Amino acid sequence: MASTRDIRRRIRSVKNTAQITKAMQMVAASKMRKAQQAALAGRPYAESMNRVLSSLANRVGSISHPFLEKREIRRPCALVISTDKGLCGALNTNLLREVGLLPQETVFVTAGKKGKQFVARMGRELLADFEVKDDSSSYKIKQISQFLIDQYLEGKIDSVSIFHTRFLNTLVQKPERNDLLPIGKLEKLEAGTGKHEEQSIQADENLQYIYEPSGDEVLSALLPAYIHFQVYQLVLDAKASEHSARMVAMKSATDNAKGMIKDLTLEYNKVRQSGITTELLEIATAQMAMA
Amino acid sequence: MAGKLRLVVVTPEGKTFDSDVEQVVMPGVEGQLGILPGHVPLLTAIQPGELDLKAGSRGDELAVGGGFAEVTGDRVTILTDMAVKPEDIDEHAVEKALQSAQQALLEKKAGPEAEALMAMIQRSTVQLNLKRKRRTQI
Repeated sequence: MASTRDIRRRIRSVKNTAQITKAMQMVAASKMRKAQQAALAGRPYAESMNRVLSSLANRVGSISHPFLEKREIRRPCALVISTDKGLCGALNTNLLREVGLLPQETVFVTAGKKGKQFVARMGRELLADFEVKDDSSSYKIKQISQFLIDQYLEGKIDSVSIFHTRFLNTLVQKPERNDLLPIGKLEKLEAGTGKHEEQSIQADENLQYIYEPSGDEVLSALLPAYIHFQVYQLVLDAKASEHSARMVAMKSATDNAKGMIKDLTLEYNKVRQSGITTELLEIATAQMAMA
Repeated sequence: MAGKLRLVVVTPEGKTFDSDVEQVVMPGVEGQLGILPGHVPLLTAIQPGELDLKAGSRGDELAVGGGFAEVTGDRVTILTDMAVKPEDIDEHAVEKALQSAQQALLEKKAGPEAEALMAMIQRSTVQLNLKRKRRTQI
């Protein structure tokens, strides 16, 4: 049986750990609130953009734009939005499990260190890595989408899919794949997070629109804006997921540590008491032997 | 005048404005566009500028960045990367941002960073113009 001193030492060390995880939980919670707000704030914009784009697609009819054309896919590209740091439960593991299943010819663009390390470990081709911090401005994130657009237009990559973790709520985050380029059917758009509403589109389907400067020009300005916003929104979503997952992971770590402290304290008291009992017994026996 | 227009201004940071108005004047890429209720459906790109709206006897203004505007019979949706009310504009902060952006632009002549700086300068200028205009009126 362990001595009381050993148990005391263990209790102290577990307490220290609990203190650290508690602090990390607090930090994650405050970051989470900000990130969640940012992710949710983008949704009305996403919905409006969907509506505009899909109603535009309904009317312009057959439009040709490089973003809409399907080509033979020889080099698919995956943008992996992961976290920089660990300690966020199974978030990255879940995400990267799906990434690992991609065909061998896939090239990667990563945002976040975990994804980058994973790609390097698997020996896959890494095209570029971007750093995304918590306070990254939309301009920084735009660099990612601009890079993808440039590569796509130059023909270096033939399709772009985004792998990220969709934020559902604080407890649930789901790894997801979103095909970004080519856009494919405009009618089925789903920018950011809002599913588009059927009714609102059908309601004004018969209207004849005027375009300024012209349908094609509006569309060719709107499509890149859509791509930029899509990437931006997914990055925000991934951030919200990250901080939520970390908050939950740290909370359960703190809870576990507290449970452990309780068990150890019980153990400690048991050992201490049995020590006292033995001592008393020894004294009593000694007295009896003297008498 | 028949009916009202529902004006919705959304930015990636959220809905900035959502209310009924009687008239909207927005900065289209090919010039100012006045929209009244019952306007024919229109989809246009807009450039950074001032958005004037009239609701009842009250007029109001917003400084908006580049983006798109969709007009259907009774609804105007503006998608833009910036929308600020004049009372929320901090003149000093904007002036400072403008100056530092201009400084930075002198060093970087081209590339995506210069582009972002140009956009920043445009947005700041719009905000300053609106704020100053508002002050001379009062």
